[in-house]
Amino acid sequence: MTTTTAATAAAPPRRRRSKTGTSGYIFITPFLVFFLLFFVLPLGYAGYLSFFRDQLVGGTVFAGLDNYARALKDAQLLDGVLRVALFFLVQVPVMLLVALVAALAIDSGMLRSAKLFRLGVFIPYAVPSVVAALMWGYLYGPDFGPLAQLGDRLGFTPPNLLSDSAMLASLGNIVTWEFTGYNMIILYAALRTVPTELYEAAWVDGAGAWRTAWSIKIPALRPALLLCLIFSVIGSFQLFAEPNLLQRLAPNVINSSYTPNLYAYSLAFTSQEVNYAAAVSFLLGLVIVVVSYVVLFLTSRGSRR
Amino acid sequence: MIRRRSTVLTLAMGALLVYFLFPLFWLIVAATKTTGDLFSTFGLWFGNDFALLANIRETFTHNNGEYARWMANTLVYSVVSSVGAACLATFAGYGFARYVFRGRSMLLGAVLGTIMVPTTALAIPTYLLFSKASLVNTPWAIILPSLVSPFGLFLMWVYARDAVSDTVLEAARIDGAGELAIFFQVTLRSLMPGFVTVVLFTLVATWNNYFLPLIMLNDPTYYPITVGLSSWSAQAVGGSGANADLLACVVTGSLLSIIPLIAAFILLQRFWQSGLSAGAVKE
Repeated sequence: MTTTTAATAAAPPRRRRSKTGTSGYIFITPFLVFFLLFFVLPLGYAGYLSFFRDQLVGGTVFAGLDNYARALKDAQLLDGVLRVALFFLVQVPVMLLVALVAALAIDSGMLRSAKLFRLGVFIPYAVPSVVAALMWGYLYGPDFGPLAQLGDRLGFTPPNLLSDSAMLASLGNIVTWEFTGYNMIILYAALRTVPTELYEAAWVDGAGAWRTAWSIKIPALRPALLLCLIFSVIGSFQLFAEPNLLQRLAPNVINSSYTPNLYAYSLAFTSQEVNYAAAVSFLLGLVIVVVSYVVLFLTSRGSRR
Repeated sequence: MIRRRSTVLTLAMGALLVYFLFPLFWLIVAATKTTGDLFSTFGLWFGNDFALLANIRETFTHNNGEYARWMANTLVYSVVSSVGAACLATFAGYGFARYVFRGRSMLLGAVLGTIMVPTTALAIPTYLLFSKASLVNTPWAIILPSLVSPFGLFLMWVYARDAVSDTVLEAARIDGAGELAIFFQVTLRSLMPGFVTVVLFTLVATWNNYFLPLIMLNDPTYYPITVGLSSWSAQAVGGSGANADLLACVVTGSLLSIIPLIAAFILLQRFWQSGLSAGAVKE
């Protein structure tokens, strides 16, 4: 994150010269060893593999940028990227808005039993995405979903939530259900650190609860909101578990390239195109980093108005 | 300041709460039903037979008790990964925050710059590397990649900057204590809330992880609960004959699998809330 790396240079606590030694390395080496082995090395390996191609005759041959050229023209991949981009553009604002409103409401002191709300909204975060997808899949489903049952009993045709046109929204609902609480807690924690003198000053100035929320609390939440937004970029673009599980309920709607991650998975394990899968993974990672930086850039430019 | 309670706001939030809790209510209700009742009775209320205990027994005994095995696997993977990751992150976060050494800014920047690299982009190449090293289809395939948490390092770095006082460190150094001794005897205590936060969040990440174990493991003995439940549900979808009852197991198994984490979050509320605020604000 640009903000964090910028803060790094500015933040070092003042140390005496004598401590500019090797002691620091003792503390950071274990982490760095694991980081190199299980983060940098796989990343580098993916990059390396992406330059090769498996052939029936001649084995693995150097392919230059062929895999990338193929990926950029691969309609299945591009469809998947566009689909998760659309998902991101709709689902994330909804989720963050709900999380923001919930955090402000809980922080406002105007709720009865605020603690209960805080915990209740957060609890879905502790539910694995597999379980959440299974559960919502059953709830959506025509067999014993409550909606289908109600429709049966009251004589209306329930909407098919697993149809082609509804699927992305149905997935969005699952993800919103899972992660609103997590974002709410981050925002709420940030709100708790706003100095109360600011609220008192606003109150003396005659600002009501709404005005305080709008003029003091929301601006104070900028860094926390940014953090939530970045995590949401990462989460949306690597969507996998939810579509993977709903695929069984709606195999005709969710194909093997519905999201880029599903596609990379099926390339590597169904079609055995390891090198191309590596290139796709690598590109997907790149897209996420680029989108994150674009989001950071746009939001930080907005703040300098 | 005068704080008025607002009934309208409480009601609106109540509606939100219903949205977040009704699927779990459905899950609890569904876990008390026989497979027959799941289909024939209304989903949001109890069925004719109260089959919870029978379902639990069936869940734990199905296919030689593989569910219990998956639970145990999940527990081992997530506890080892999260405590390990938190130790590495705490150690390194403290090192970066409290020592000056050559290359510090560059190394820290390099690690923090990777927070945005998605773990799933790493999963396939990691699988390929691990299959060369014969680590695939072993518990290590899940634990080793989970030990690296750049975000955990970020949290602990922020935390160590604020929570450790310079004066205490100086005093300990004047007393002649070694750097490691100072860390374990003096600073570790004040880093504890941050440590617990990182443990908790890595625990959730590993407990909930699906993509990595799905790729790495093909022997059901090593499955964590997520991959296990998913494989059961795949069998239950085509459900007829022998697998018809499996649906009740999927539902009951889902319910049982979320209880430990929810309990952990409720019990450790104090820690993760204070730890999170450090990361969220001091960016």
